[in-house]
Amino acid sequence: MIDFTLTETDEAHIEQARQAALICRQYAREYDENEAEMPPEELPEAAEFFANAPDLPTPGPEDTSYPVRTALQTMVTHWGDYSIRLKRDRGGLGNAALAAAGTPEQQQKWGHLTLSMAITEPGCGSDPSRVSTTAVLDEETDEWVLNGEKIFVTTGIRANGVVLWATLDKSAGRGGIKSFLVEKGTPGFEVPHKEKKLGIRADDTAAYVFRDCRIPRENLLGGDETVQHKNSGGFRGVMKTFNMTRPMTAAFGHGIAEAALDFTREQLEAAGITVDYMAGLASQSAAAEKFIRLEALHEASKLTTLNACWMAGEGMPNNMESSVCKAHAGSSVRAITQGCIEILGSLGISRDHLLEKWARDCRITDIYEGTGEIQRLIIARGLLDYTRADLK
Amino acid sequence: MISFGMSEDQQLVRDTMREFAAEAIRPLGRECDEASSIPDDFFQMAWDLGLTSTQIPAEYGGAGEDRSPVTNVILLEELAHGDAALAIAAVAPSQFVNAIVDYGSEEQKKKYLPMFCGDRYHAASLAILEPSPVAEPLRPRTVAEPKGDGFVISGAKSFVVFGDRASHFLVFARNDDRVDAFVVPRDAEGLTISEPELNMGMKGLTTVGLELERVEVAAADRLGGEAGADAAQIVNNSRVALGAVLLGLSRGVLEYCVPYTKDRVAFDEPISKKQSIAFRLADMHIECDAMRHLVWQAASHLEQGRDATQKARFVKTYVSEKALWIADNGIQVLGGHGFIREHPVEMWFRHARTLGVLEGAVGV
Repeated sequence: MIDFTLTETDEAHIEQARQAALICRQYAREYDENEAEMPPEELPEAAEFFANAPDLPTPGPEDTSYPVRTALQTMVTHWGDYSIRLKRDRGGLGNAALAAAGTPEQQQKWGHLTLSMAITEPGCGSDPSRVSTTAVLDEETDEWVLNGEKIFVTTGIRANGVVLWATLDKSAGRGGIKSFLVEKGTPGFEVPHKEKKLGIRADDTAAYVFRDCRIPRENLLGGDETVQHKNSGGFRGVMKTFNMTRPMTAAFGHGIAEAALDFTREQLEAAGITVDYMAGLASQSAAAEKFIRLEALHEASKLTTLNACWMAGEGMPNNMESSVCKAHAGSSVRAITQGCIEILGSLGISRDHLLEKWARDCRITDIYEGTGEIQRLIIARGLLDYTRADLK
Repeated sequence: MISFGMSEDQQLVRDTMREFAAEAIRPLGRECDEASSIPDDFFQMAWDLGLTSTQIPAEYGGAGEDRSPVTNVILLEELAHGDAALAIAAVAPSQFVNAIVDYGSEEQKKKYLPMFCGDRYHAASLAILEPSPVAEPLRPRTVAEPKGDGFVISGAKSFVVFGDRASHFLVFARNDDRVDAFVVPRDAEGLTISEPELNMGMKGLTTVGLELERVEVAAADRLGGEAGADAAQIVNNSRVALGAVLLGLSRGVLEYCVPYTKDRVAFDEPISKKQSIAFRLADMHIECDAMRHLVWQAASHLEQGRDATQKARFVKTYVSEKALWIADNGIQVLGGHGFIREHPVEMWFRHARTLGVLEGAVGV
C-alpha cells in the first residue's frame, strides 16, 4: 500500500542517528579547516553515548523496510557531518568488491583488512575502459608487476590494502581490466598524499602510485586471467539489477541539503520571516517563497531516493530508479545549498557558520558514483531501449 | 511503513483508466481544443464510468465506496495522460461533491448529493479564483455579509469550470475574519454568468466569470453551517488533484517525444542518439518520477486526514513548474513540429500553462 508514514522502529533509529549527528557536527568545522588531520576513529563522547543509547528494535532479515530505513538514517548522519563519526565503521569499498568477486580463499585471507578501491586515474574517470594502470605477469616469478597512478581513492589513507583496477591488455578495453589485491607496505606501492579538495575535506581521499610493484599471482581477484576481446556493445536497455550505492550516495547529499534548509529556516525565523505554505506571491516575502521552492525540490528529490531503496527492499530491479535518484539528487543538492546561500547572503558565505561548508561538501554528489551525465546516459538508454553502443 | 507499492485495486484502476484514456480521451483531445467545447456524449460516457457517484455514501444514493485520494490521483494521472481538459471534464463534479460530503450539513447532503447519483451527467463547480492579479484562494475579495438569518454576497469570480452547465456554484467569500463557502444556484438573483472565457489552454473546458451583486443566500446555504468548512483543506485537495493532472500530461509529452526522436533523422542518425536530445528525455523521465512521488505523498496525507497544506504546496510549486518545463521542452525536442498544431505537444504546453493557475477546478 502506498504509504509515507514512518514506523516506530524507523523513528527510533532516526532519533538515535540524530543524537549522534548533533555531537559529530560540533567537530565539523575543525576538520574542515585542518584538512591534513584525520578525524579520530572514535570521538571522546562515543563511550558515554553508546553506554546510554537504548537498544533499538532490529527486525529480522524478512524486513523489507531495511533499505529505506538505512537511507533515512544515512541522511540524518550526513545532516550532522559528512565525515565525522562517533565511532568509525571499519571497511571500505574494496571490502564490498572482495565479498562480491573474491574466491573463498581470498575472502578468508583478506577479509579482516580495511580495503579501499582504486579505479579513477588522472586520465580516466567515468569511462573505466580507459584504465591505463598495467598488470604484467612475470612468468618466472609468478608475480604481477603493476605500474600506474590512481587518484580519488576513498578511505585511501586508512586502508590496509586496495582493490586495484588494472589492465592486462589495453586493446581489449573493458574486457582486459582485472582487479588485484595489493596490501599496504608492498614495495613499489606509494601513497604520496591525501587529496586536497573543495569539500568533504575531513574525508579520507588519497592518491596512489604503483612503480614496478610486484604482487603474487594469486592476488588477482576471482582468479580469472582470461581477457575478453569480444565487444558486446553492452546490455540493451536497463540491466535488471539491484543497486543501493547510487541511492546511498544520493542520501548523503540529501542529508547535507536538509541541514542547509534547517539552518536557513532558523535564520529566517530569527529575522521574523515566517514561511506560510498557503500564502501566495502577494502576501509573502520573496525569501520565504524561494525557501518553499527549495524545500519542495528537496522533498521531491528525497522521495526519488526512498523509492529506489523501497524497490531494493521489495526485491524489484531498480537500476533505472537508482540513476533517477542519483541524477536528481546531484542537481537538487547543488541548487538547494546554493539557493540557501542566496537567501541568507553574507551569513551564507561566512565560515562562522556551516552553510558554506555544506555547499562545498555536497558538490561531490553530482560527480562520484557516476556523474549526473552518466546517470542520464543510463536513463536515456533505458527509455530509448538502446545499448551502450547505440548511445554514447 | 514507507511504501511506493500500489494495491491490487489501484493497479486495476490504473489499467482501466489507462485503457479508457487511450481509447476515448486521446483521440478527442485536439478536436475539443479546436472547437472550444466537449461533446455531450463524452460527458455521458465519462459519467457512465461512475467516477462521481461511486464515492457518494449509499444513504444519499451513491455506491458508498471509500474515497481514496491516493487512488484518485492514480486515476487522474491516467485520464490526463489522454488529455488534461477531458480528464477534468470527466471528474469535474467530484470537487463540488467532495466538499459537500466532507463538510456539508445533513440537510445539504440530502439536498445536493442525490443530484449526482442519477444516470445523466450533472455539473456543479467551485468558484474560488477571482479576476485580480495575484489572487489568493484564502484571501478572497468577494465578501459575505450577514443579513437577517442569511448572507449577502458581493464580488466577482473567474475561471469557474462548466459555468455553462453547472447547476450550482460553491462560492468562496470572506465572512468577517474567516473564509466561508456558499452554495449558490445558477439562477440566483443578482448572479450574472459571463460568456465563456477565452483562454490560452484547456479550451475544451468552458470556464466563466461570475458577477455577484448582492446575492442573497440563506444560512442553510453556508457549507457546513455555523461550523463552516475547512477551506484550506479544499484548496489542498484541489492542488493535489491538479498535480496529478499535470503529471499525466507530462508523462504524455515524454511518451510522445520518445518514438518521435527515434524516427527523426538529422545528420545521418536519429536525433535520439544525440546526447542533447537523449539527456532532455532523461530529465523529463526523472521529473515525472519526482512529481509522482510528491503527488502520492500529498494524497496520502489527505487520505490519512493529516494537515496536507505543506505537502500540497510542494505539489503546486514543484509540479506546476516541472510540468511546464517538460511541455516546453517537448516542443523543443520536436522542433518546428512542436509548434505545429498537427502534433499535440503545443496543445499540451498550453494546457500546462493554464492548469498551473486553475485552482479549485478538480479534486480527489
